[in-house]
Amino acid sequence: MNKVLMQGNKVIGEAAILAGCRFYAGYPITPQNEIPEYMSERLRQVEGGVFIQSESEIAAIHMVVGASAAGARAMTSSSSPGISLKQEGISSLAACQLPAVIVNMMRGGPGLGNISPAQGDYFQATRGGGHGDYRVIVLGPATAQELADLTMDAFDLADAYRTPVMILADGMMGQMMEPVVFKEPKPRVYPERHMMRGAGTGKHKIIRGLILDPLEMEEHNWTLERKYRVIAQQETRHELYRAEDAELILVAYGTGARIAKGAIKRLREMGIKAGLFRPITLWPFPTAELRELAKRNKDFMVFELSTGQVVEDVRLALQGYARIGFHGRPGGVVPTPAELANVIIRQYDPKQGIAEHQ
Amino acid sequence: MMVKTIFAGFGGQGVLMMGFTLAHGAMSAGYHVTFLPAYGAEVRGGTANCTVAVADEEIASPIASKPDHLVVLNTPSLYTFQNRVAAGGYLFINSSIITVDSSRHDVQIVKVPSSEIAEKLGNPRTANTVMMGAFLKKTGLVAPDDYLGSLEEVMGSKKKAIIEINRRAFAAGFEFLEEST
Repeated sequence: MNKVLMQGNKVIGEAAILAGCRFYAGYPITPQNEIPEYMSERLRQVEGGVFIQSESEIAAIHMVVGASAAGARAMTSSSSPGISLKQEGISSLAACQLPAVIVNMMRGGPGLGNISPAQGDYFQATRGGGHGDYRVIVLGPATAQELADLTMDAFDLADAYRTPVMILADGMMGQMMEPVVFKEPKPRVYPERHMMRGAGTGKHKIIRGLILDPLEMEEHNWTLERKYRVIAQQETRHELYRAEDAELILVAYGTGARIAKGAIKRLREMGIKAGLFRPITLWPFPTAELRELAKRNKDFMVFELSTGQVVEDVRLALQGYARIGFHGRPGGVVPTPAELANVIIRQYDPKQGIAEHQ
Repeated sequence: MMVKTIFAGFGGQGVLMMGFTLAHGAMSAGYHVTFLPAYGAEVRGGTANCTVAVADEEIASPIASKPDHLVVLNTPSLYTFQNRVAAGGYLFINSSIITVDSSRHDVQIVKVPSSEIAEKLGNPRTANTVMMGAFLKKTGLVAPDDYLGSLEEVMGSKKKAIIEINRRAFAAGFEFLEEST
């Protein structure tokens, strides 16, 4: 297929349509408004497409719950405060084992915050977000091409594991245009479906999250947990960039990883051998892969557009086997690669290693 | 090579179109590109701006704190952005509307009366394309044919006459600098 120059939000919309998404519900919020705008037009053009601008974010996610139960590939999208509102429904999706794709184009927070790019929703996304013992698969794209590829993958992952999948990006990823090539989606065939198709369409099915018997509820929780273990074993993804000969490994995702790559280029020009470890799945976090690196690398530097969230996962992964430095810029500030390089030069001495973050 | 340009002006002057067509042209020519519009709290009739990065390598940040070039179509944009242009870079000024002088002396200032040129051609709305002619003449960032090809592709669904007037506008901007330099 042809290379096109397309805005990130619209890339998600087109990739969703190509992946077979036929239901979208959402409520407007900057910086992701182009997703519902695009879906409203495209879902009109495809057979069986349904677009609903709902009365609220909470309504939208519950419409997705319903559409998913009925067998549709369903999606909703929002930005930070809107995603907070959707947590009740996301918890329901996880409990009822219903597939769905949720897009969060993060902004500066907490509260209503602002509309600038930030990564402060990492904890919320990777720890489940709503109430109860559950996880959400979280994908962190860093280019328009990845927005396309990971959106398509998100629908497959959601269906394969019957679980909600979140695309976690930010205002910059959503607003920026970059060249993208839409791949031919590989339709997956599922041996068993759990769709409610209405009376007279086969054996009755019950989809529910309310399980009053504690033992039964416990077993349900362990069932979910076993599923999450399989996901953690099979679906973890990361990218290594110039890491082969690196003495200092930066850890960053999404927009942060782009800036980190720019900083690495500058650092290498100054003779500092830096490389990047970029988690692509934020949950499951590539813990084992990062720990593997610690066998030869003793210095890691976490960079994120938040005050210190990813750094906790890096600490859990490295378990004290390496030194961990940190730089964060929350609130919607997007630092330049030059700034990050300068910070690293201040914190890193090739002989003594990185100044440890307390 | 990595060249970042900020385009700025009033909403409606075609500032985003300038950036989009440049990015599209550079993409067609095989470069890595990013296009980042200012978004959100903009208002109708207010200012608009976008940042385009063109590079022969992966682009880290689409934001330009120190753009190599700046193109301004109105006075408020000149005031907002002039101090950010990298020393030695080009600063393109729509001299039909901007009558004040830039405070910068370490950049190469290029004044183009793009609104007047466009008006003479019969369509004042093509002032942005006139400026793109001047911009590409000076910076050489994308070959005119690659740019015009993209312009046609982008405007594809519009009437042939509109594409034609834009071609003429581009040529007028390109030639204006040929004459004055």
